[in-house]
Amino acid sequence: MTPLSQLLPGQFGKLVSLNPDQAVDQRLMALGLLPGMALKLVRRAPLGDPVAIEFGGQVVSLRLAEAESLIVDVAADCPVQRPKNTP
Amino acid sequence: MSSKQITVALVGNPNTGKSTLFNALTGLRQKVGNYPGVTVARKSGRCDCGDGLKVELVDLPGLYSLAAASPDEQVVTDVLLGSLEGSQQPDAIVVVLDVTNLLRNLFLASQLAELNLPLALVLNQADIAHEQGLKIDTQLLSQRLGGVPVVLTSAWKGEGIASVRRAIAEVLNKKTKMTKLIWPSQVESALGTIVQAIQADTGQAPSSADAQRILFSSNAHTSDRLGWSQPQRELIVRQARDQVRSAGYNPMAAEPLIHYAHLRKILEGVIAGGTGKQGNAAALDRVLLHRVIGPILFTGIMLGLFASVFWLAKFPMQWIQSGVDFLKAIIAPALVSTPMLQSLVTDGIIAGVGAFLVFLPQILILFLFIGILEDSGYMARAAFIMDRLFSWCGLNGKSFVPLLSGFACAIPGLLSTRTIEDPKARLATAFAVPFMSCSARFPVYALMCAAFIGPLYGPGWESVVMVGMHCVGLLFAVPTAFVLTRFVLKVKPQPFVLELPRYQMPKPSDVLWRMWQNAAEFVSKAGTVIFAMTIVIWALCYFPRDAQMADRIKAAEPTLSEHEIQSRTQAAMIEQSWMGRFGKAVQPVFDPCGFDWKITVGVLASFPAREVIVSTLGVTYSIGKGAEADSQNLRTAMQEAKWMDGPRKSTPIFSLAAVLALMVFFALCSQCGPTIATLAQETGGWKWAAISFFYMTILAWVMAVVVYQSVIRLI
Ligand SMILES: Nc1nc2c(ncn2[C@@H]2O[C@H](COP(=O)(O)OP(=O)(O)OP(=O)(O)O)[C@@H](O)[C@H]2O)c(=O)[nH]1
Ligand SMILES: [Mg+2]
Repeated sequence: MTPLSQLLPGQFGKLVSLNPDQAVDQRLMALGLLPGMALKLVRRAPLGDPVAIEFGGQVVSLRLAEAESLIVDVAADCPVQRPKNTP
Repeated sequence: MSSKQITVALVGNPNTGKSTLFNALTGLRQKVGNYPGVTVARKSGRCDCGDGLKVELVDLPGLYSLAAASPDEQVVTDVLLGSLEGSQQPDAIVVVLDVTNLLRNLFLASQLAELNLPLALVLNQADIAHEQGLKIDTQLLSQRLGGVPVVLTSAWKGEGIASVRRAIAEVLNKKTKMTKLIWPSQVESALGTIVQAIQADTGQAPSSADAQRILFSSNAHTSDRLGWSQPQRELIVRQARDQVRSAGYNPMAAEPLIHYAHLRKILEGVIAGGTGKQGNAAALDRVLLHRVIGPILFTGIMLGLFASVFWLAKFPMQWIQSGVDFLKAIIAPALVSTPMLQSLVTDGIIAGVGAFLVFLPQILILFLFIGILEDSGYMARAAFIMDRLFSWCGLNGKSFVPLLSGFACAIPGLLSTRTIEDPKARLATAFAVPFMSCSARFPVYALMCAAFIGPLYGPGWESVVMVGMHCVGLLFAVPTAFVLTRFVLKVKPQPFVLELPRYQMPKPSDVLWRMWQNAAEFVSKAGTVIFAMTIVIWALCYFPRDAQMADRIKAAEPTLSEHEIQSRTQAAMIEQSWMGRFGKAVQPVFDPCGFDWKITVGVLASFPAREVIVSTLGVTYSIGKGAEADSQNLRTAMQEAKWMDGPRKSTPIFSLAAVLALMVFFALCSQCGPTIATLAQETGGWKWAAISFFYMTILAWVMAVVVYQSVIRLI
């Protein structure tokens, strides 16, 4: 169990918990990011923040400072929705 | 419009194609762009649905959830509830969904079902679904959702539009409603608790949708709207939420959890295929958002954009200028018998129209490029790259587009701040936009650089100063935003969550239309005010007239040529005009900036519209009317201008210190009536417009004094 900010670019994870009282988490839940959902940290912006995460077939940018309550379970074999063909 | 008018609202997630569909259905042209939040206010149009059925179709800003967080989302929920001033509840809803991301798009639809309005689903972007190999069983979906029409469309190709018309007619006829989900019993009873409490307090039972908003959303907007204000309100809501908790749900997460679980079941067997091809985004992002290449490309694109804007606009600007001069030259002789009318037409009306027309090329070209970047999908990436640079001062990545637009003209820039969800960042961005070096500042810089910096220090320094002046505003805007968001604004900030859309080829018609719309906004808002103000300024500089002026000048210096007498007369006339008298009275205020009374007149005259300065200086420095930034005469006249008295007697007025001070003053001062008016409109009142005006003007004066006094001491 690691905070989202610890994920490396390209790493997959499964959302364990978030803080529903926070505005960012509410927005992400509306987008379908709910506990149990697989996600991938696609990349960090050139200056390190924000990050782009992929879940449910969409790519969303969010700020790490605002998303500190997102806790994920890192799993290498946890693809996002569809398996990638390229290694 | 009669009250019997049938209205249908287009609702959906951002960037799904609502406006594209709206345009296809109504034949109107709404702005369209591949950037979340392009539509910022509701707009309506007539839609013919066959059999003589005409409905009023309303295009709305996109939103992800009815739990409105931003002001734009609030507008949508208010429209849907009919609680917006001057609007009635729509008779039906058309939900526009991105078929390639159906589950997420259905979340909003599922919330909308709670409103109990007739509803149809339009699954848009079918062409992309086809490319990705997705197959949607629309019949099954319709059946599972209670028989609401489900239509597959490709709005921008115009495919499926006829079926949408039919679907609208059908839902209006049959009043088909989407099946609502079944809440767990504890949630149901929690909602019941709230309904009862409100009924007991206000005498009116709220709709189930309202009860859900009160139970699930943290803001008090709905309670306030219903007039539910009893002191125990908080307690009752807390108790209801405890009931939700007893069902094992966090009350703040219950709504999406339950809806999504429900929708996953609905979608079982509805979607088939999908090649796993995520489209082009991943591959392009690897380059465009690369840690090293990304910022380099970004900088390159922006520099290229500015360079080409100035380059490309140069020629049409010259044509417009010569057109204006030509017009003056042919009209002036015709009115020579009525000097006042001649002056009004040539110096007032034609100069006034010309004053804003010359900016049109730059504005058109900049918005063409912005449109291309936006529709291609790159602008959302630019926001992603830039967010870190903006976030520390309370702005966000989406501030980038308004600030960039501000370099052409503050007005479209201010209008585009509406795409920013966070009200705090939005206000701070709106406050920062007028600092950007708009095209109206350019002539001042060009004149000063060409007349003084270039001849004295060479063309190298000329461009350095030119570029520097374009950065001065930015330099002050950023700390201003920081202070504003950190210490002044007490609004709750909204998180910056931005969907990165897919890349696509920009569609020429959409891009050109948006360019045209932005230009139209500029002309209708700025054009009219600049035009009116030019005439007012003309009058202040023209009256009162002294008919014997020319004779007296001739008598005093009989050796003068006819032309010299004429320009001396003009200069003397403006000196004793209302404006001249006012300028002389006010000059002591600007004395510490090194401005003489003539510059002061120019500064004062350009408060309504800053570009007036060049032509005003032209008149006060007596080179005759119709001065331009590159006019040789004006340059020479200014280079030769000397102080007539005081401690600086017979030193040049336009010393390096004064020139720099004047440019800095223009870079920072709030000298644009239309901007102030737009700021007031966008921030919902005159308060922020007034604050902006005084802040910028005082700052400009202070910085001009600082520059003048320090340069004078250093050199
Ligand atoms: N491929 C494809 N693109 C579409 C289709 N319909 C719309 N688009 C594109 O999707 C983008 C968004 O379209 P808009 O009509 O502005 O979307 P909107 O829902 O009004 O967006 P907001 O006003 O931001 O909420 C534009 O670039 C359109 O050209 C479609 O059927 N197929
Ligand atoms: Mg739109």
